[in-house]
Amino acid sequence: MDEKTLIAKRVALELADGDLVNLGIGLPTLVARYIPAGRHVFFQSENGIVGMSGPIAGAENPDLTDAGGNPISALPGAASFDSAMSFGLIRGGHLDITVLGGLQVDEEGRLANWMVPGKMVPGMGGAMDLVTGAKRVIVAMQHSAKGESKIVKRCTLPLTSVRRVSLVVTDMAVIEPTEKGLVLREVAPGVSVQDVLKATEAELIVPANVPEMALAA
Amino acid sequence: MKKLIPLADAVALIPDGASLLIGGFMAVGSPHRVIDELVRQRKRDLTVIGNDTARPGQGIGKLVVEKLVRKVITSHIGLNPETQRQMITGEIEMELVPQGTLAERIRAGGVGLGGVLTPTGVGTTVEEGKQTVEIDGKTFLLELPIKADFALIGAKQADYYGNLTYALTARNFNPLMAMAATTVIAEAEDIVPLGCIPPDTVVTPSILVDHVIAQEKRHG
Repeated sequence: MDEKTLIAKRVALELADGDLVNLGIGLPTLVARYIPAGRHVFFQSENGIVGMSGPIAGAENPDLTDAGGNPISALPGAASFDSAMSFGLIRGGHLDITVLGGLQVDEEGRLANWMVPGKMVPGMGGAMDLVTGAKRVIVAMQHSAKGESKIVKRCTLPLTSVRRVSLVVTDMAVIEPTEKGLVLREVAPGVSVQDVLKATEAELIVPANVPEMALAA
Repeated sequence: MKKLIPLADAVALIPDGASLLIGGFMAVGSPHRVIDELVRQRKRDLTVIGNDTARPGQGIGKLVVEKLVRKVITSHIGLNPETQRQMITGEIEMELVPQGTLAERIRAGGVGLGGVLTPTGVGTTVEEGKQTVEIDGKTFLLELPIKADFALIGAKQADYYGNLTYALTARNFNPLMAMAATTVIAEAEDIVPLGCIPPDTVVTPSILVDHVIAQEKRHG
């Protein structure tokens, strides 16, 4: 199993029956493939739909896309609306979970994921509203990039929000930001607590028992 | 009441240097014929307000590639390297706005509000230079309304009064923008007789729309 699949399969377990969920572009979109059987989850795309699903070959509609402009489909029972409604759902506390990629998460649980000054300035799109407004914010990202830990003492990149995110799922660990700091909750199969500590710049609180990650089928 | 207008005449109303609210999300729901005509008539020094600048050859991206844009107010330019390049070289002035804030600023402009208070952006670079307001112990940013000279709207259907409907995710910023401009120009996939759009189905009421682009004559 590659690292992205592992992360997606762990995040999928966080989605409960009836949840309204927004998946960011890239890795987070993989999560939709692994929703446990019997759980019905509503997916929002912030360009204006609740009840989206993957594209159906041959039935693509140029007026029905995800936030990246790629074709999607609308499940029976879907609803479409304008951008003020879409972000009203996000900011107004109606969105249960947002899953986003990350560049850095720090010891205060703050996320940076929208720009690298001088290198990459894509704009924040909906990320700041999502992180500020969703009931739970789950960051799905690689533990390290180019040998450097993405779980840092203090974000050096511009913050997406000062709000403390709910959970960080990486290819090595599940980490829960709390008032006291980052708590190591789970380790990936074949990864030890020591491995995680070594690969992490931030200080981690390590409980007596750190189980192995459960994964969706 | 004469709302139907030939494409070239509608775009001729837009002067160089105008501010334009342009509907669409990654070019889905953008007024494509109007954008092509802006390029053909070489309208310059435009201020463009839109969710994103699409990709280089698409929607608003066409205006960027043709270097017709002086300033952009938008939430996302990540899929258009040409916008990023012109921003870095200083050819384009850029104001990046969180997407939900952009929607509400345009809405505020269109509905007569003096601004909106949002928690989005508090404590980030978005806060710089803005007034904060504390309500019930929570901090909000005061974000100011956006209005423009023209709104360029992409609709699914228009009737001859200019009532508009939209399709699926092609709706996005269009209904908000149709309220926030001095002059509203709508392009629809189909123009239908009065009464064909039931009142409950109308999203943008005709009184907001100044011009509807006439269909091109179809031969044969």
